[in-house]
Amino acid sequence: MNESVTLLTIFVLSVFVGIEVISKVSSTLHTPLMSGANAIHGIILLGAIIVTGSTDNAVAVVVGVVAIVLAAVNMVGGFVVTDRMLQMFTRKKPAKKVDA
Amino acid sequence: MPVWVQVAYLVCAVGFILALKGLSGPRTARTGNLIGAVAAVVGCAIPFFYLDLHHVPLILAAIVVGAAGGFVGARRVQMTQMPQMVALFNGVGGGAAALVALLELRELVAADEFAGSVPWFTLLATAFTILVGSVSFAGSVITFLKLQELMTSRPVVFPGLPVVFGLGLLAAVVLAVVTVVNPAEPVGVVLALVGLLIGVLLVLPVGGADVPIVISLLNAFTGLTVAAGGYVLGNTLLLVAGTLVGASGTFLTRLMASAMGRSVANILFGALKGGSTLG
Repeated sequence: MNESVTLLTIFVLSVFVGIEVISKVSSTLHTPLMSGANAIHGIILLGAIIVTGSTDNAVAVVVGVVAIVLAAVNMVGGFVVTDRMLQMFTRKKPAKKVDA
Repeated sequence: MPVWVQVAYLVCAVGFILALKGLSGPRTARTGNLIGAVAAVVGCAIPFFYLDLHHVPLILAAIVVGAAGGFVGARRVQMTQMPQMVALFNGVGGGAAALVALLELRELVAADEFAGSVPWFTLLATAFTILVGSVSFAGSVITFLKLQELMTSRPVVFPGLPVVFGLGLLAAVVLAVVTVVNPAEPVGVVLALVGLLIGVLLVLPVGGADVPIVISLLNAFTGLTVAAGGYVLGNTLLLVAGTLVGASGTFLTRLMASAMGRSVANILFGALKGGSTLG
């Protein structure tokens, strides 16, 4: 199979998985879910590391380093802030029933 | 790419699927978030073990700086200010994706001159990442300013806004076509600037109460840019993770809008039609 078609197949299947996997989310969890998904796209850090590590042009390295810093903020900040939101939830839960 | 790397990427991708699944249930949400964090850290460690990366100390230093900034920001933020913090994190992610795509465009231009004919779809995906990543960055900065009340949270509309917005979109399409036909770095930079303009104009007319839905939409945008970046780099983990966020984020945006009894189009463009977007 052609490599582009393989990637396209992965893309299309991932679209269905992405929708299916969150389709039963309760409305109280909308914001933490958004925040968690936000943290997941911080994985662009992986791409930033690869492009920065494979160039020797000074300008490109500087741009790459900026990308790494931004992506790391996204990833680490995203997961930590999501955890804080959810911590708040688990404390509040006994008082207020979560509706589906 | 060695087989173990591909398998490791697959394991991380499954981790992200489980993370989203966990995050959608109240009992499993924190575990889900933790699984996602572990998958992300493992995923980012992988290239150090199979690629002969240059500038490793610099890269590690940059990761530490960014991680520390994100950690401190996330710990210090007040509970009530969390939505704007999410917006900011989303924005920097989009900005990072756009910068990665600009660097990749540089590589593609060199490859094009050297060996000729980079596939048009790869160039289109690169242009998409540059454009939408910039839109997400600028849009998120405006949502942050609105929620932090550093600017008015009311819808901002000026008479020529739809015209300027339309021209911006047109320019973006033209520049994307130019990138495919005749790739060059300056075109990519201009495309990024147009993306910033579109991002600002997209969010200005949205009222403060609707901003969380726009954050969710921009979050989905960033996911798609990461997916396109993964396609260009031929990296399956970026592709799967970005697509998962793009798809679930789009779906979530619709859920959030319908929970408020609104449509996404109405939230984005309601103020332009003369109606209030303050719900």
